[in-house]
Amino acid sequence: MVLSQLSPVLSSPLSVGALGVLFGASLAFASRRFSVKVDPRVQKIYEILPGANCGACGYPGCMGFAAALVKGEAVPTDCAPGGEALAKRVAEILGVEVEAKERQVARVHCGGGRSIVKNRVEYIGLQDCTAASLIGGGPKECQYGCLGLGDCVRSCPFDAIHLNAERLPVVDPDKCTGCGNCVMACPKQLISLVPVSCRVHVLCRSFDKGAVVRKICSVGCIACNKCNRICPVGKEPEEKAIIVRNQVAEINYNTCTSCGLCATVCPTHTIVDEVERQVAFIDDQCVGCRLCLKACPVGAITGELKQLHRVDPDKCVGCGICVEKCPPKISAIRMVPRKPAQKNEDAA
Amino acid sequence: MEFKTLLTIVIAAVFVNNFVLSRFLGLCPFIGVSKRLDSALGMGMAVIFVMTMASLVTWVIQYYILVPFGIAYLRTIAFILTIATLVQFVEMVIQKTSPQLYSALGIYLPLITTNCAVLGVAILNITEELGLIASLVEGFASGLGFTLALILMSGIRERLEVCAVPAPFEGLPIAFVVAGLMSIAFMGFAGFSL
Repeated sequence: MVLSQLSPVLSSPLSVGALGVLFGASLAFASRRFSVKVDPRVQKIYEILPGANCGACGYPGCMGFAAALVKGEAVPTDCAPGGEALAKRVAEILGVEVEAKERQVARVHCGGGRSIVKNRVEYIGLQDCTAASLIGGGPKECQYGCLGLGDCVRSCPFDAIHLNAERLPVVDPDKCTGCGNCVMACPKQLISLVPVSCRVHVLCRSFDKGAVVRKICSVGCIACNKCNRICPVGKEPEEKAIIVRNQVAEINYNTCTSCGLCATVCPTHTIVDEVERQVAFIDDQCVGCRLCLKACPVGAITGELKQLHRVDPDKCVGCGICVEKCPPKISAIRMVPRKPAQKNEDAA
Repeated sequence: MEFKTLLTIVIAAVFVNNFVLSRFLGLCPFIGVSKRLDSALGMGMAVIFVMTMASLVTWVIQYYILVPFGIAYLRTIAFILTIATLVQFVEMVIQKTSPQLYSALGIYLPLITTNCAVLGVAILNITEELGLIASLVEGFASGLGFTLALILMSGIRERLEVCAVPAPFEGLPIAFVVAGLMSIAFMGFAGFSL
């Protein structure tokens, strides 16, 4: 035909050029004809989302969440990694109101690492917690304890959880966004989401009786109830912030004030207190009303009526209850950093 | 066309001359998308779809445009242009007409636009001088073979995730070793004919 008579120098660029123009035009036509109407807000929201596709919101990835938000099926606070700051910005774009929710982080409730709890059998198999726990509950002596094979570590999209030297998972509260992937990944259900301000935790979820726990784990809960008795929250034992149920102590994070008293009396050091506890200090303004003395749960304050009271720094556990009890007009008692010589050995 | 011939083409494309394990084409998506079974399936479906359509369109382009105009030597570049346009076009149509299908395999379509496996099957159809039906079947069966290799690989890699692999081999190195072993296994089909 005509093209084959031309020299190849001309015919090849002509033909390929023609093909290119033809294809380009058909694509341009197709992009108009087959365009999909997308709400521009979806793209705007998608751009400010964290982009981790962790699934905490319950939708397939950040794009799915953005689409659901615009449709009105989701609320801006559903995104755990984004937190309050993101919820506000998303609410601005959508034109809705948003109420604040406290940030939650994951906490692992087991303290029985490999140097404390021994294995009753040698496990040779898939290095996966779910796989190991399928075989008779796992190789550890404690059937409820952490197996240390890292399912939670692998499930975290934010690199916020790692195994320490004891083969126990440790959560980095700065990186943790409360997405809940590790909670679902743990076959022993040892991880829970708690408000970030709660700093006192029971590191045991064993339903075994105290005598059995004592034999296999030196830091396991033996259900002695000392924590429940000393807890200052509530009057009746069932109303307190820490209750022993099913042979294990459980903290109610809605009512717990993180005073740390339970941690000081726990005989097995199962309860850990992460707060740098300070000591109470009484100033000269004290009028000797004895309110703080009566409120102190460990009896660390001494003093006569109408006389300057004194705090014994060795007994004081830094729970801060006395500071709240001192009348606001007087405010004679405050917390000060603990001097090294005063460090209380019992503080867990 | 005879059924026996078509069956031979299918057996050959899926087992004897498997695109990934025997011809070593399309390795990038093979290694890239084979970490999980469901994404491997999605990728496989997309590849079957594209290979079949590409076989059809490129065959038509070859015998109705390139050969009549005497520019058969431009086959490679014309096929690349055609396949790229075709995949873009198909993606747009799918996005518009079937959102469910788009969410299932739409994201994989750009990944296989200039995949050498797709170009390979188009060119092989021409060099082996197959008819239109045979080319279609060859395209479909090659996609099927690619999917088979992907599914096998993803099943093995999912198990490898939780095995105690030596640190230097973790991730890609052990995947390649496994692919090599699979390829040796598929050599057992060599010379097989009906």
